[in-house]
Amino acid sequence: MNYDPDTCIIWRVRIVIPTEERARGCCRALAGGLVWGPHAMMTELSGAEGVTHREGGIGAYLRHVWAVAEKDVRAEMRSKEVVGTMAAYSVLSAVVFGLAFDLRVPRAELVAPGILWVIVLFAGVLGLHRSFGSEVDRGTLAGLLLAPVERSAIYLGKVAANLLYFLIVEALVVPALLILFDVNLVKPIVLLGLLLGTIGYVGVGTLVAALTSRNRARETLLPVLLLPVLAPLFISGVGLTSVIVDGRADAEAWPWLGIIGLYDALVFAVAFLLVDVVWENS
Amino acid sequence: MTTRTAPLIRCEHVSKRFGHKRVLRDISFTVAAGEVLSLLGANGSGKTTLLRIVSALDRPDEGEVWLGPVPLSSATDGIRRYIGVVAHAPLLYDRLTGLENLDFYARLYDLVKPQRRIEDLLRILELWRWRNESVRTYSRGMSQRLAIARALLHDPPVVILDEPDTGLDRDSIELLTALVAHLRLRGRAVLTTTHSLALAQRWSDRIYELRSGHLHHLACPDRNTY
Repeated sequence: MNYDPDTCIIWRVRIVIPTEERARGCCRALAGGLVWGPHAMMTELSGAEGVTHREGGIGAYLRHVWAVAEKDVRAEMRSKEVVGTMAAYSVLSAVVFGLAFDLRVPRAELVAPGILWVIVLFAGVLGLHRSFGSEVDRGTLAGLLLAPVERSAIYLGKVAANLLYFLIVEALVVPALLILFDVNLVKPIVLLGLLLGTIGYVGVGTLVAALTSRNRARETLLPVLLLPVLAPLFISGVGLTSVIVDGRADAEAWPWLGIIGLYDALVFAVAFLLVDVVWENS
Repeated sequence: MTTRTAPLIRCEHVSKRFGHKRVLRDISFTVAAGEVLSLLGANGSGKTTLLRIVSALDRPDEGEVWLGPVPLSSATDGIRRYIGVVAHAPLLYDRLTGLENLDFYARLYDLVKPQRRIEDLLRILELWRWRNESVRTYSRGMSQRLAIARALLHDPPVVILDEPDTGLDRDSIELLTALVAHLRLRGRAVLTTTHSLALAQRWSDRIYELRSGHLHHLACPDRNTY
């Protein structure tokens, strides 16, 4: 199909090269004396097994989610940047709370649920801002956005990696509270509440982290935007943990679990609606 | 027999402003299959902004960019499969090895059995020996070569190179030059920016300069001097 080139251009006729052999010859000619090794290999590349793409669909979507999550976890295993910071902060906070409340609080059960959720809340902020912040700092965010990947798949991959970091940290905090406060939080409903609460926290936190990642003041902006949104989750988490720690009937904990579950559903519904807008003109 | 096909890149009346500053004003050009178009321009002249718009990373305030028959404004995420970009930043994860970086991007681009392709590119770009080294141990030139491998991994028909010669030594620039020639031969549309007129003359079918937001035609280098 012919078309008119820009009028200012003196157009030259280009010859179709019908065979691979001619292409190689022409390639060498165009290279103008570039007869060294790599160039010869380059011509062979065109004869190599063709690049083929998998079909899209839900399988491709899940593969993208997994690829992003695995990449983040693999990088984190080498740097220990996020988990190391979160874990150190969490354990130190537990110790500081232990020292502070040891003097004035008659029963540790009164404060342990609040301490658990406060530690998770603040440690989470430390880790979340690195989620996209490191991509922005290293200039790799554009690489993700240039790929033919749905934005929600990138978001979910980040959520999966962050969830793993949070669970590792919580696996340290719960025993630390047992040692420091002599309060056993290893109970099925508490752990279920913690898991559901963490999913909701990571869901909203990752979205807000994406929103603030390109802002220079993201370290301060993230908690300012995030903490008010987390209030329902925080209150429900503390309420649920208190029910179990106080030894009340499990049935009293179910409404709190229901609120946390509803919060999670809302978070991910909103995230899927907003995630494309977050990276508009990134 | 001519190969004047419909353009793979068609930029029509594109304008972009940041605040009160108009960076691009009514930019129009086309790049056909098997054609290399170079953009020159001073720092801040809008070259990178234009390339970001063409690579679907940014949207113009006015005008439209077409990739083949598809307008980018209404394209789905899948259109990105047809674009390979070497950006200012290498877009690589420094905690991962060269091989792991390419494998990660191969998965994002849904490549089937990409190992052969990855090995070919790493060998061509002389990085095979360092494939299992962390990218943070790479020199600037090695990172840039790996970035080129990343951009070409999925064999895109549209290749966008934003100052690809940055940080490359003389041998690597020769390699890049041969690579651009190869892309032309394989019918890829290549849009590149550089500060080097000499390089642009070696690579390009057409050279434009971005000045005051406008595109000015500079030259049509004679390919026989390539």
